[in-house]
Amino acid sequence: MVTGFAILRLHSLFAVVMLSGVYSLIAAAMFVALDAVDVAFTEAAVGAGISTVLMVGALSLTKQREKIPVHTPLLPMIVVLVTGAALIYGTFDMPNFGDPDAPANRYLVDRYIQESPTEIGIPNIVTSVLASYRGYDTLGEVTVIFTAGVAVLMLIGGARRRRARSETDADPEAKRE
Amino acid sequence: MRHHRVLRIAAKLLIPFIMLFGLYVQFHGDFGPGGGFQAGVIFAAAIILYALIFGLENARKVAPIRIVTILISAGVLLFAGVGVVPMFLGANYLDYTPLGATQQSGQHIGILLVEFGVGITVAATMIAIFFQFAGRGRDE
Repeated sequence: MVTGFAILRLHSLFAVVMLSGVYSLIAAAMFVALDAVDVAFTEAAVGAGISTVLMVGALSLTKQREKIPVHTPLLPMIVVLVTGAALIYGTFDMPNFGDPDAPANRYLVDRYIQESPTEIGIPNIVTSVLASYRGYDTLGEVTVIFTAGVAVLMLIGGARRRRARSETDADPEAKRE
Repeated sequence: MRHHRVLRIAAKLLIPFIMLFGLYVQFHGDFGPGGGFQAGVIFAAAIILYALIFGLENARKVAPIRIVTILISAGVLLFAGVGVVPMFLGANYLDYTPLGATQQSGQHIGILLVEFGVGITVAATMIAIFFQFAGRGRDE
């Protein structure tokens, strides 16, 4: 919470990047406290490690300080408030946290925990759910990462290559057209 | 950072162990916490650390961008391909049971291969994104 507010108030972007790394590390510690070691792993490596490095890399391309906004933040504020209210309204229909009668807890968790050792035979139930029971979801996630990587390569890498090509063989292109 | 001797030597010592830990998380994901996503990120972090300390040019020699680009799609292909194999063996898509002699060994092989695909894609994507960001504004 404290780091979150500090990120909001600060104008030095370098400090903001560092604080978000700190926030990720705290979140990772929180996940460990909640016994979600897999998620903590990811949060520590991605949030505190790689995304901080990427942010610093992006900072080296831009300026260190935030720009003064040109228009008033009133309209964005309204949009944020309305969206937030809609999301909170949506959570009213969800079951309470840890509710034993919730659909997810009633039969699915029991089935995974009881059947996984005989059906999959892997001690880590998280892995067996992730890769086997929910293999299709994981395939989707990998495809999302794949798409992100390809998009970055096309947006940043492709522009340079296209420029290089238009410099070297601009003539054949012109002739063909 | 090339002239910071302490950083250089510390990184030299750490990078092999980070990579080893990445492989451990990758192939030990069935027994302990971990799996493809985490392992890929840890492995990519080792390469990124190398690039930060020893310079981008050297890191590009270690992990050429052409190979990294191929690996991005190779991981997804491995995942999807492992899913297709059971279809030819008479089971559903992504049902690994026919891959092994028993149901458990089949599931085990399938999960191992699928996680490996995840790891390859995640590591290659992270490395590629970092290279693109870090290389931007330098050789233009």
